[in-house]
Amino acid sequence: MTATDPEFVADCIRRILAGEKHVFHELIRPCERSIYFLLFSILKSETEAEDVAQETVIKVYQNLDKFRGDSQFRTWVLSIARNEGLGRLRKITNRREDSLDAETDEQTGDYTPAILTSWREIPAEALEQKELGNLLRKAIEGLPEIYRNVVLLRDIEELDIRESAAVLKISEASVKVRLHRARALLQRELAPLLKAFTPAKRRWFGGRT
Amino acid sequence: MRIDCKHVWEHISAYIENDVDPQLRADIDRHLETCEICSAVLDSTRNVVILMADDRVFEVPAGFSERLHARIDRELKEPTDPKP
Repeated sequence: MTATDPEFVADCIRRILAGEKHVFHELIRPCERSIYFLLFSILKSETEAEDVAQETVIKVYQNLDKFRGDSQFRTWVLSIARNEGLGRLRKITNRREDSLDAETDEQTGDYTPAILTSWREIPAEALEQKELGNLLRKAIEGLPEIYRNVVLLRDIEELDIRESAAVLKISEASVKVRLHRARALLQRELAPLLKAFTPAKRRWFGGRT
Repeated sequence: MRIDCKHVWEHISAYIENDVDPQLRADIDRHLETCEICSAVLDSTRNVVILMADDRVFEVPAGFSERLHARIDRELKEPTDPKP
């Protein structure tokens, strides 16, 4: 039984509602990383994201009896996190949600990839270098909000397309379009930079020659 | 069917997700065999996707989990009123 298993979730909730409150720690643990990063992607501030993450888990705890089990627990939790995050964002920026949504359907934009004539695998050791992580984080933070959220859920937290659509309350088709554009933007920005991390000679496993 | 580079780029993300129909996949594969540019675009996009999924790239702030669970403990001991 894994932590995202519906049976595990149902069992935890039953026990918490029956008075074994401490079980909530175990129930929320598998979700906390995703909560934080979703909020960071909305709020772009570590302190705000952490603060709203705490508010989110308290809200989840207080509303646990309302979880019906017809969606995945994580999806439900992340929907709450998103609402809380957008609420905080409105407070901070005084922007209404539809002004955020207005960014959604931009049809224009250049999604032409960076053209490189050769590409090599980034070696695992390179990931230990802080610089590489910084490049990626900066590139993702620089994405327009609607693309950042999709990338965060699908590529960083590895939710599937259906779950990502449920959290963001958009269609699966929109998730796919945004994901495609986000990845295209990231490839264009990052590919030339990441080349610096690739070894000069060695061809990577499974690489095309 | 022969497809051009732009056509391939439009489907790169779906291709990585394995979400293209078999005919299109075959067309793209055939194009990739001879097009070094598209192969590099595909590989670099895929690399970006792989890197993003690596837990070492994105870490929660130090002490985040401890502070979160301490906050939960306070709520379990002395419940606050639910906010609307």
